[in-house]
Amino acid sequence: MSLSEYKGIFVFAEQRDRKVQKVALELIGKGKELAKELQTTVTAVLLGKDMLDEAKKLNYAGADKVIYVDDDALDLYMTEPYVHVLHTIVLEKKPEIVLFGASAIGRDLAPRVSARVHTGLTADCTSLAIAADDDDPAKLNLMMTRPAFGGNIMATIACPNFRPQMATIRPGVMKEAVYSENNELNIEEYKIEIPESCVNVQILETVKIIQEKMNVEDATVLVSGGRGMKGPENYAMLEELADLLGGTISASRAAVDAGWVSKDRQVGQTGKTVRPNLYIACGISGAIQHLAGMEESDLIIAINKDEYAPMFEVADVGIVGDIFKVVPALIDELKKAGRVAKN
Amino acid sequence: MNIVVCIKQVPDTTEVKLDPKTGTLIRDGVPSIINPDDKAGLEAALRLKDEKGAKVTVVSMGPPQADLALREAMAMGADEAILVTDRAFGGADTWATSTTLAAALKKLSYDLIITGRQAIDGDTAQVGPQIAEHLKLANISYAEEIKVDGDYITVKRQYEDRYDVIKAKLPILITALAELNQPRYMSPGGIFDAYREKEVTVWTLKDLDVNLDHIGLKGSPTKVKKSFTKGAKQAGKVYNVDPLESAEIIVNKMKEKFIL
Repeated sequence: MSLSEYKGIFVFAEQRDRKVQKVALELIGKGKELAKELQTTVTAVLLGKDMLDEAKKLNYAGADKVIYVDDDALDLYMTEPYVHVLHTIVLEKKPEIVLFGASAIGRDLAPRVSARVHTGLTADCTSLAIAADDDDPAKLNLMMTRPAFGGNIMATIACPNFRPQMATIRPGVMKEAVYSENNELNIEEYKIEIPESCVNVQILETVKIIQEKMNVEDATVLVSGGRGMKGPENYAMLEELADLLGGTISASRAAVDAGWVSKDRQVGQTGKTVRPNLYIACGISGAIQHLAGMEESDLIIAINKDEYAPMFEVADVGIVGDIFKVVPALIDELKKAGRVAKN
Repeated sequence: MNIVVCIKQVPDTTEVKLDPKTGTLIRDGVPSIINPDDKAGLEAALRLKDEKGAKVTVVSMGPPQADLALREAMAMGADEAILVTDRAFGGADTWATSTTLAAALKKLSYDLIITGRQAIDGDTAQVGPQIAEHLKLANISYAEEIKVDGDYITVKRQYEDRYDVIKAKLPILITALAELNQPRYMSPGGIFDAYREKEVTVWTLKDLDVNLDHIGLKGSPTKVKKSFTKGAKQAGKVYNVDPLESAEIIVNKMKEKFIL
């Protein structure tokens, strides 16, 4: 296998309910940065049914090219039909990099594709970069950095001797490119036969879980309330804030012990360990047991009236102030910025 | 029915602490456990055994100490245990690990293979689906509920915002979530049998039909270039301003971090 034959960055554009998922746009954004360094192009690969209009969005989001495969067997995600199609495309088109979102679908699909292709796969990356190979400076490798050991260490991984280099990327960490409907459309409607033997499972039903039941561990945004919330009635404003940010609420042990919030929302050593993209701590002093459960969050914002609260020591932004004034002001500001609640 | 459960012995990462001064891991005294998702998979297999009768075999790839995890599994009720261990298997990434485990599984009869979704030390969630790929089996990931009826299995597959109920024909590979169940404790009789009566079968390189270029560090397509701790976290900035200005600062920070 000559590695230099492999060219271009491919992004798997995940869809659910025939809608392209946000993570696909994030991968295109990051893909474009990498493509600039490699002097190559970004191709988004979309598998679905009756989604030609959605395919255009991928061009608008910055993909130089879109490969769209339309088939009944690709409407709802099933492992084998998706693996079959992607494997075929990778063998034919020979991309040097293939990126997937580290979603439930991406983390099921990518391992099988990488195993079938016989190449490496790095999971849950939070940062990607290009670097010259140690032995061959002309060869450029993808450097994939990911948390390991329960988030306690970071590892940078390369796949120097196999192509394509494959990675799943955590949703919410990469920046989307500028979306423009002036971008040129470049969609290849790719035809492929999906053998019946590929459809080896049958989906009997799909049940959507309503937003309120979102697990605190799965949320990308958590608005967390502590003893400073003073009572259960005041969580309504935290719910509203969480809603505007597409997240959910959580709580410190003090709020759970007081009976204001259910136990499954508790963050900390005796509760859940969370690592959202954004953690907003409202009226939480920041006992060490609480910090142990949330200090790995990417961005921590703390609002507390006590300027000596330990929470400020781990916060990226600390606001010394009255939560009953700051939170409503923040809600107003987000609405002004165009945020709309989903519920 | 023959059920094979793959388990991994892992350090209990919730017990790992960071040295606040140096930012390095304190690994001393961290206990080894059966990976939680794998243990839930084992419990699911044992429940199928209780309900319908089945032979449950546990397989683990790892250093000789993984014997302990396999004996714990037998003390919980597994019938047989196989330790896949050899220096040649060491340093393997998920591709090489799944290739090795698949070679071991090919020597066994199975109607159902259960693995955990992911291990708490690596968090990749890759080995289960990759074993299925090497064995040319269908897989269903993230099982929250499992029912077996004759030759068919029905699985509740959990996603971020939904679940699917999926039916498929055996044989198949399922990856289990810790939420699947509450694993049982070892029974006193089970402990006696696991340590006094039963043996852990050991398979080394010579027992498996594997290509030397496909195993261990050498057979791993991915290479770890460096690892580092994030270090002690720096405190951010603290503001003491009026609510409106506070709100603006927060919104700007969210924009800077691409949350908005």
